[in-house]
Amino acid sequence: MKLNGPVKPMNETYTLGPLQIGPPCCDPEPLIRVDNLSLYYGVKPALENVSLDIYKGCITALIGPSGCGKTSFLSVLNRMTDMIPDCRVSGKVHFNGRDLRDLALDVQGLRRDIGMIFQKPVPFPLSIRRNIELPLREHGISKQAELNDVIQQVLQDVGLWVEVKDRLESSALALSGGQQQRLCIARALALKPKVLLMDEPCSALDPISSGVVEDLIQRLRGKYTVVIVTHNLAQARRIANYAGFFWIRDQQRAGCLIEFGQCKQIFEAPAHELTAAYVNGSRG
Amino acid sequence: MFKNVLTTVLIWLTALIVSGVFVWLLSDIVIHGLPRLSWAFLAEAPKNAGRSGGIGPIIISTLSILLVAMVTATPLSLATAVLLSEFTENDSVIGRLVRRSLDVLAGVPSIVFGLFGNAFFCIYLGLGFSILSGGLTLACMVLPILIRTAEEGLQATPDDYRLAAAALGMSRSATLVHLLLPSAAPALIAGLMLGVGRAVAETAALIFTSGYVDRMPDSLLDSGRALSVHIYDLSMNVAGGDTNAYSSALMLILLLLIINSIAMSLAKQWLHRDIVLYE
Repeated sequence: MKLNGPVKPMNETYTLGPLQIGPPCCDPEPLIRVDNLSLYYGVKPALENVSLDIYKGCITALIGPSGCGKTSFLSVLNRMTDMIPDCRVSGKVHFNGRDLRDLALDVQGLRRDIGMIFQKPVPFPLSIRRNIELPLREHGISKQAELNDVIQQVLQDVGLWVEVKDRLESSALALSGGQQQRLCIARALALKPKVLLMDEPCSALDPISSGVVEDLIQRLRGKYTVVIVTHNLAQARRIANYAGFFWIRDQQRAGCLIEFGQCKQIFEAPAHELTAAYVNGSRG
Repeated sequence: MFKNVLTTVLIWLTALIVSGVFVWLLSDIVIHGLPRLSWAFLAEAPKNAGRSGGIGPIIISTLSILLVAMVTATPLSLATAVLLSEFTENDSVIGRLVRRSLDVLAGVPSIVFGLFGNAFFCIYLGLGFSILSGGLTLACMVLPILIRTAEEGLQATPDDYRLAAAALGMSRSATLVHLLLPSAAPALIAGLMLGVGRAVAETAALIFTSGYVDRMPDSLLDSGRALSVHIYDLSMNVAGGDTNAYSSALMLILLLLIINSIAMSLAKQWLHRDIVLYE
C-alpha cells in the first residue's frame, strides 16, 4: 500500500500549504533547549542525561525501542509529568526563554502553546463541533462567530472539512480511526500552539489512514514545530528533519539519548554503532 | 445429553421463579390496591385511623422527607465521590479511611440510624419529631449508596479523557464539569434512584425521627407520616386497614416509577445533553 509513499486523499482540501519533504530547515533556530534532563519514577531512573535542541518549524523524530523513555521525554515538554504522582524531573528545559520546570509556570498556558497528540485518538464523547469548541471556550474564546471560523479553519487545515461539514453536530465517536486522529490534531491546532508533540500518532491506524495522517504531519512543517515519537523507521526517515535515537542503558535499565542529528545523517551516516545497528534493523 | 437438558430446565426454572415472585407481588398489590385508588383517595386526609379517607397529607409528608434527604445527600455525596475518584490516590490514607467508613455505614441497620437520628437531630439539635429530622436521618442513610455509585461512575470514565483534556490546557474543574460528570451521568442517576428507592421504602428510621402524625404538615419542622410508615401502621396496628394499606403500597410503587422517569429525563436533557455517543 505504501510503496509509493503516503496515499493522498481523493480531494486535495488541505489549507496548510504544499508538502515539503526532505532537506532540514536551512536556518535552525532552537525553540526548546533540553539540557541534561533526567527523569525518575520513584527511585527508578527512566531517562538519564538527555540534551538536545528542538528546532523551530522542523519535524524532529524520536526513535528507539519500547521502554527507552521517548514518551516520558515528550511528556516532560508539556508538563504532563505533573499528572504522574511520584515522577521527578531534573535538568533544564528552556522554552521561550523560561525553564519549563519552573513551578510558578502557568501550566495551562504552556499546554496551550505545546499541544499533544496521543497514540490512540481520544475524541471526547461529544459532537464534532463541541470537541473543538470546548477547549477554545476554556481558553476564553466565547463568541460563536469566532468559534465557527476557527472550527472551519482547523478542520480545513487537517483536510476533514469536506468530510464532516454536514455532520458537525453528530458524534465524534462515529468517525473512523484516521478521521478521529485528524480531529484530535485539529482540536490541538485550534489553540494555535507553537509546538505539537505526537506520541506514535499513526500506530493505531490502518495503513491508508496512517498515510493520510502522515501526509498531514508533513504539511505542519514550517508553521508548527513537531516532535514525533515513532516506531516506524521508514516514516521517521520520510518526514523528519532531525532525529534522536534513544536506547536503554543496560546496567540501570534507564533510557538515554545515543545520538541526535539531522535525519539524513542519522539514517545514512550514523556516528554511533548502536544507531547504525538499529536503523539497519540488526538490533532493537 | 440428559445433563444438558437438566441444566437448561434448571436455568429456566430459576428464571421463572424469580420473575414469578415479582409478578405475584406486583399483581397482589395491584389487584387489592387498584379498586380503592382514585383522585379523591390521593387528595383526602385519612379518617378513622386510616381505615377510610385518603392519603393526601401522607404523600405530601413523604415527598417533603424525600426532598430534604436528597437535597442534603446529593451535593455531599457528589463532592465526596469527586474527592475520592479525582483528587485522592486509590491507596492514600484519606481515601482508605473514607471508603472504609462508607462500607461500615452501608451495613448499619436502619433501626440504628433511627436511634441515631432521634438522639442527634430530634433531641440534641432540638428539631423534634419533624420532617427535617426524618429527611436528615435518611440523608445519612443513603450517603454510602450515593457516594459509592457516583465514585464508580466517575472511575469508569476513561483516563484518556483526563489526559487529553489536560493536554489541551483544560483545568481539572472544567474537565470534571464538561466531560467527566456528563459522561458519568447515567451512573450518577442510577445511584440517585437506588438512594431514592431506599429512602422512600424506609420505615424503621422514620418512626423515631419524623413520627407518625397523619395530618397535613405545616412546615418542615412539623411531624409527618411517610407512606411506608402509614402502610406499616395500617397493616400491623389498625384492624380493617388492609385495603387502604394495599392502595398506599400501590401508590408507593407508582411514586417511585414517577420519580425515576422524571429523574431519567431530566438527566438526559440536562446533565447528559452534550454527550453524543453515536449518530
